[in-house]
Amino acid sequence: MSKLVGQSIKRKEDPRFVQGKGSYVANLNIAGMAHLALKRSPHAHAKIVSIDTSKAAALPGVIAVFTGQDLIDGGCGKLPCGWNVPNIKVPTRWAIQPVGDKVRHVGDTIAAVVAESRYIAQDALDLIEVEYEVLPASLGAKATVTSGIVIHDDLPDNTSYPWAIGDLPAAEAGLSAADHVVELKDLINTRLIANAMEPRAAAAQWSEMTEEMTLWTTSQNPHPIRLLLSAFTLGIPEHKLRVISPDVGGGFGSKIFHYPEEIITPWIARKLNRPVKWVATRSEASMTDSQGRDHVSTIKVGVKNDGTITAIHISTHADQGAYLSTFAPLIPTALYLTLMTGLYKVPGVYGEVWGTITNTTPVDAYRGAGRPEACYALERAIDVAARKINMDPIALRRKNFIPANEFPYQTPVALQYDSGDYHKLFDKLEEISDYNGLVAKRDAARAAGKLAGIGVVGAIEASGPAPSKVAGALGGAVGFWESAVMRVHPSGKVSLMTGSHSHGQGHETAFAQVVADELGIGVNDVDIVHGDTAKIPFGMGSYGSRSLNVGGSAIVKAGEKVRNKMLKIAAHQLEASESDLVYDRENGRVYVKGAPSKSKAFGELAFAAYTAHNLPDGLEPGMEEQSFYDPANFTFPNSAHIAYVEVDKDTGEVNLQKYYAVDDVGNVVNPMIVEGQIVGGIVQGIGQALYEHGAYDADGQPQTLTFMDYAMPKAQFFPRFEVARTVTPSPHNPLGVKGAGEMGTIAATPAVANAVMDAIAPLGVEHIELPLTPQRIWKAINKI
Amino acid sequence: MNHTVTITINGVKHTREVEPRTLLASFIRDHVGLTGTNVGCDTSQCGACTVHVDGQAVKSCTVLAVQADGSSVTTIEGMAQGGKLHAVQQAFWDQHGLQCGYCTPGMIMSISYMLKQNPNASEEEIRHGLEGNICRCTGYQNIVKAALQAREALSN
Repeated sequence: MSKLVGQSIKRKEDPRFVQGKGSYVANLNIAGMAHLALKRSPHAHAKIVSIDTSKAAALPGVIAVFTGQDLIDGGCGKLPCGWNVPNIKVPTRWAIQPVGDKVRHVGDTIAAVVAESRYIAQDALDLIEVEYEVLPASLGAKATVTSGIVIHDDLPDNTSYPWAIGDLPAAEAGLSAADHVVELKDLINTRLIANAMEPRAAAAQWSEMTEEMTLWTTSQNPHPIRLLLSAFTLGIPEHKLRVISPDVGGGFGSKIFHYPEEIITPWIARKLNRPVKWVATRSEASMTDSQGRDHVSTIKVGVKNDGTITAIHISTHADQGAYLSTFAPLIPTALYLTLMTGLYKVPGVYGEVWGTITNTTPVDAYRGAGRPEACYALERAIDVAARKINMDPIALRRKNFIPANEFPYQTPVALQYDSGDYHKLFDKLEEISDYNGLVAKRDAARAAGKLAGIGVVGAIEASGPAPSKVAGALGGAVGFWESAVMRVHPSGKVSLMTGSHSHGQGHETAFAQVVADELGIGVNDVDIVHGDTAKIPFGMGSYGSRSLNVGGSAIVKAGEKVRNKMLKIAAHQLEASESDLVYDRENGRVYVKGAPSKSKAFGELAFAAYTAHNLPDGLEPGMEEQSFYDPANFTFPNSAHIAYVEVDKDTGEVNLQKYYAVDDVGNVVNPMIVEGQIVGGIVQGIGQALYEHGAYDADGQPQTLTFMDYAMPKAQFFPRFEVARTVTPSPHNPLGVKGAGEMGTIAATPAVANAVMDAIAPLGVEHIELPLTPQRIWKAINKI
Repeated sequence: MNHTVTITINGVKHTREVEPRTLLASFIRDHVGLTGTNVGCDTSQCGACTVHVDGQAVKSCTVLAVQADGSSVTTIEGMAQGGKLHAVQQAFWDQHGLQCGYCTPGMIMSISYMLKQNPNASEEEIRHGLEGNICRCTGYQNIVKAALQAREALSN
């Protein structure tokens, strides 16, 4: 019955992007606009003894210089943590660190300069004189606990919180019952930098007469930012504060959080009564954007000789950086250890984590957020187990799958998986990759003296968080519903206001497809409005692969309400009972069952609703319906990926030759967009496996603040990816969809890591830490 | 200390007084107000700021405006002609070669130059030709497909 959902419709947003007409924050140029630059700490850990801003203030073109105390005295509050697990200690974080306090990571903010041009503002930064008392840096997710260096006075062991889930005696019993226990000790999940191509930016304009502030910010979720600004950090009430996230050039999680610049920029705009703009340099972004991952874990997996997994025990230290970023504690807790059983039935599971503090940039969600960490640890361990018992890695995984007839499936670690068919998933993978042929190819390459390897992964994600009451029970300070307002104009055109936010995901097209099918109109008869708190209902934004399963469901619910109201008007005008009417979603009209010529077109009913000349008694005029949709559960997309690599013995270089991916993301609205998300995600996952590392030296100095140092994946590193899908619709949302944005990233890191390990296993190497650079591989195979 | 610089951008002559340190990217974006040319990395790695200077692809974040004095620059805004998208722009749209759109202008400027230099570029050559352009969204697959489509369109 659908005519648009399921089709690869070309994106409605693309004409503006391919012609350079995207409306990014950095493009804003308001008359009288001043430019903000921020003085950043060069030290990882130091006491701020004094600041002298006089020389900077005297530079021609400088308008004003502000320090941390100015903002505190001016009413700015501490940055809050939006996810408070039990017994958490939240360290104090200011927008600008005041004199007498400390800087706690390179990039921590010291002072703000406003000038007539960006160049002058940057010049003035160099004239600010800061006296520091430099302190030793405490580093390492695990090592920081015992470093003896106190970063925050109220956290003497640099630990913010402990968290645990599962059944410890059951896990221990399972390990005892195993024939083999595989242990990966101090397994590292690398620190990563999201590096959206658009650096963060903020601009603000104050209206003195109406006392209204407009903030443009590169955010994935303008309403939550507005709420935090109003309630905690800036103090301008919500009805006087408009937050706009226009076109945003990628986020990958890093643009979810509430950042100091979102406080500093509007505070100064009001103080000076001038529009102000701040745009991060790449280096600034690399030291201040919340980063990703950074775990040290010891995982034990019990396995029987027949491949049965008996238990999983994991113990993790998660580096949260110098302060708790907005959702930091959520990531290594409820989005991590709850996914620890993957696709498998495991009787004994226990996981524990400590969120720790170091003198590094704060860490929070990065594409996948917790789920890649779980998948990497588990799937690496399973691979080692398969080798130990000499079992085919797919066969071992199949042995332990949750059977298709057991969904919904309650895992032992809190989640209830909605639907899936993992054998079908792997059947498809074996088919598209010609798995037996691939094994033969590897074996032939080995026989010819090459280092060749195959890496297999089965991955699961919990996407579209979550029922709001569950989020609340787990420590969330917010709900995770989504909103939609469907405004049918008198002429029959539609504006759909959504609380979801698109920063590359193509909502303007995919959501329009959903709206069009709900109402039976054309995709060009509807525009999607998002990203502006003055235009849309309160919405939670986009992250966690939630937009379509939560935001899309809100659209469906609003569509039902519009159709119901149209049926009422049609019944009245056609003099029929509502139960005798059919809403024809193919053609956008209402007709009488058995008498299709007796009908009213969508446009006629819209117009009738607004003229209100002939409505049923008691029915309000107008045609605008709203829905706030709270999901009944996460959705659980899953995937099976396989990578084939050859490793150069002489250089340690990895040549990724083949990559196949099968993903089950439920029903699909726009297959072209979904494939784009999957492939893009895969490359980010491979980036972690082979190239990327947000590195710090022993003093806490970041080593990768430019793209000369941080190895971003490039086009020539990759073959063509072959991707396919299986479909088990999610039973609990009206579209039957599951998240598609993060699956690729979750699966690809262990798939490629497993392939490389398979390639060098014949040389007796069991494990190398990420990223698998030529140097690391070369050293391992040469036992150096 | 300011210099008078005249640059023809997309066929229109622009004369401005600028500091000698003014980057070409800044001249285009801040002084002329053409904001399609994005700055992504400041160090000429990512290529988001790529424009054509006298027919050559150049990273405008690493060229001074004074160096481009007297030259003719094409930016992304100058690619479509008479309301018709350039073949590379059309191919990006057709092949879903973009997601967030931030790297896209630079990608289009690089690929259009690459295909002028090498009208028969192979997939392998296209991938290597994109060495200086970083995309974080697409995994490059559809960008490569777009380049291949544009190659065919331009050879006809």
